[in-house]
Amino acid sequence: MYRIIKKEALNPTVSKMVIEAPLVARKAQAGQFIILRVDDRGERIPLTIADYDREAGTVTIIYQIVGATTMRLDQLQEGDQLADFVGPLGRPTEVEGKKRVAVVGGGVGCAIALPVAKALHAAGAIVDTVAGFRSRDLVILEQEFRAVSAEYRLMTDDGSAGEKGLVTDALRTLLEQNSYDEVIAIGPLVMMKFVCLLTKEYGVKTIVSMNPIMIDGTGMCGGCRLTVGGETKFACVDGPDFDGHLVDFDQAIERGRIYHAYEQERCNLLKKEVRE
Amino acid sequence: MANMSMEKQKMPELRPEIRSRNFEEVALGYSREQAVEEAHRCLQCKNSPCVSGCPVQINIPAFIRKIQEEDFEGAYQIINASSALPAVCGRVCPQENQCEGKCVRGIKGEPVAIGRLERFVADWHMAHAAGKPERPAPNGKKVAVVGSGPAGLTCAGELARKGYQVTIFEALHVAGGVLVYGIPEFRLPKAIVAREIEGLKDLGVQVETNMVIGRILSVDELFEQGYDGVFIGSGAGLPRFMGIPGENLKGVLSANEFLTRVNLMKAYQPDSETPVQRGRRVAVVGGGNVAMDAARCARRLGADEVYIVYRRSMDEIPARAEEIHHAIEEGIIFKTLTNPVEILGDEHQNVTGLRCVEMELGAPDESGRRRPVMKQGSEHMLETDVVIMAIGTSPNPLIRSTTPGLETNSRGCIITEEDTGLTSRAGVYAGGDAVTGAATVILAMGAGKQAAKAMDEKLSK
Repeated sequence: MYRIIKKEALNPTVSKMVIEAPLVARKAQAGQFIILRVDDRGERIPLTIADYDREAGTVTIIYQIVGATTMRLDQLQEGDQLADFVGPLGRPTEVEGKKRVAVVGGGVGCAIALPVAKALHAAGAIVDTVAGFRSRDLVILEQEFRAVSAEYRLMTDDGSAGEKGLVTDALRTLLEQNSYDEVIAIGPLVMMKFVCLLTKEYGVKTIVSMNPIMIDGTGMCGGCRLTVGGETKFACVDGPDFDGHLVDFDQAIERGRIYHAYEQERCNLLKKEVRE
Repeated sequence: MANMSMEKQKMPELRPEIRSRNFEEVALGYSREQAVEEAHRCLQCKNSPCVSGCPVQINIPAFIRKIQEEDFEGAYQIINASSALPAVCGRVCPQENQCEGKCVRGIKGEPVAIGRLERFVADWHMAHAAGKPERPAPNGKKVAVVGSGPAGLTCAGELARKGYQVTIFEALHVAGGVLVYGIPEFRLPKAIVAREIEGLKDLGVQVETNMVIGRILSVDELFEQGYDGVFIGSGAGLPRFMGIPGENLKGVLSANEFLTRVNLMKAYQPDSETPVQRGRRVAVVGGGNVAMDAARCARRLGADEVYIVYRRSMDEIPARAEEIHHAIEEGIIFKTLTNPVEILGDEHQNVTGLRCVEMELGAPDESGRRRPVMKQGSEHMLETDVVIMAIGTSPNPLIRSTTPGLETNSRGCIITEEDTGLTSRAGVYAGGDAVTGAATVILAMGAGKQAAKAMDEKLSK
């Protein structure tokens, strides 16, 4: 079993959990993900690894409460156990041999962007970070990003923290000022799509981390398939990182909605269950 | 005196109109009287051709003899000496191409119902046998088995009986592989698979779930951890798609995904949190057992119409005869000599239909089956909201890409020695779909058994 060592709310809908999983911790690398099940009747959901401590044997996950499973997950407390925790899955992000990289995180995507920024920094790259949130109370991991970034640009939709605007506004300025080997964008699909449209103008290679619906995470179900450069790819084994200029985002956005109605119904049931 | 009836004892079954709305097991199993009666149809041939048709060489006349004598536990012991999973094989083996295909009684009339008798014996044992098997004395050797499907379970069982300390590493959260995620409850109840696995645990086999070998541990690390041998039975994981336009629309899924949602994640039960797309009109592309399973699951999930779309004819269809028979009884519509060329969708990328062409059979291809050729001007539409692709799988690259020196062929299948399952790496054996590509449960079991024998010969030296 996989014990929750620590649980911490980062903002009203995003929490962090440190999970005891020594074998996963031993192999985990930035950009990889795990699949967990909360309990015996629960579904399998993928979450990207936010951090790991090989010595302590722990893996950190950061999740946003978006559906029934994350709601259930959030009901657990320190000391509780997860039924299942599998990983590390997917290919690690390539961090070696880059001089300067812009890391763009959107919302809870910052949780996934942070280990990448840290790994790039550790590999000797200059990292500039753009982090975007809807408003001040949703901002997460600011100090952690600042610690590894040459420049940290905070953007909010309403201007309640950092600058008012979109991540693409800040990224455009950075692209004008500096020359980058790569941009790494992690966040909502729409954000990644627009980051890619922008970086295409500047001809800067852009890596995106895709997080589609999946079941097994080992290539078996094919539910996570995406169109990349006209070819079908499986995010779980071919990714989750892909060349953003080749990803068909519109298709990915539609595929992400396959179970939308079901999920809403489940959440309503669960809210009712919690209230009663 | 032999029973000279031309026909098998009829299998009691749930009525199609009832069973096509639930997931309960279709075939109910022989009664004691039926089993004994059917056993008496066996002529106890001296040369026993049936045994040569069995990939694990069960001594078929001997176990049937025991049924004739009403010594059912004795019958079980005979089967169990050759097969680790009798309750499973009695249900899912393609007997018509194996033991029963060679049965002398089949020359004139129906062969002896060997599969049904095997199932009867295994079920009788589960219901009546008391106590746990004795654990063999440990021989001090450790073996790692990757994958808990039929190949892995068989290999583990064989080695455990010889005193090896066996650990099975399973990627999913429950053991059983395709027996759990693929084959539906109504064909193979999961309680039976669980019982078979419990039996292995009683022999001392350890099962570690949530372990994706190639990620959490490599094959080389297994050796570093002190395993003396490794058996790879990781199956044929990756689903194939046709490569036609529209395959990434919402409503198109692989049979693996559909069946995993339904079987492993229990999406058919109201308290499961895993959703599944329940179509009104479902088209399943393919003609194998997996296609039949998917079609019959779709039916049970409430589809009004379910089609099997298969490019060859009923003569070439590869599924087990019983599955086809059951599918037809349950109202599945067979569109044979039909091939999809495009999947169409609406503005929200939901599937609306399948554009198909008719096929005719030309000259035989390399598989010996007549090659389907498109009929000019035969294009037509099949209205559908869910399309399930059941056209085969290819081996998962995770292990081959993380095991230096492990040779694979152009299709990604692990290359092994014919009689031993030995791979290009010393101490590493493989069997099942990871070697052959998608095949049957019993062939995988045969490979697991063969590899166990070879590993034992090597390691006990």
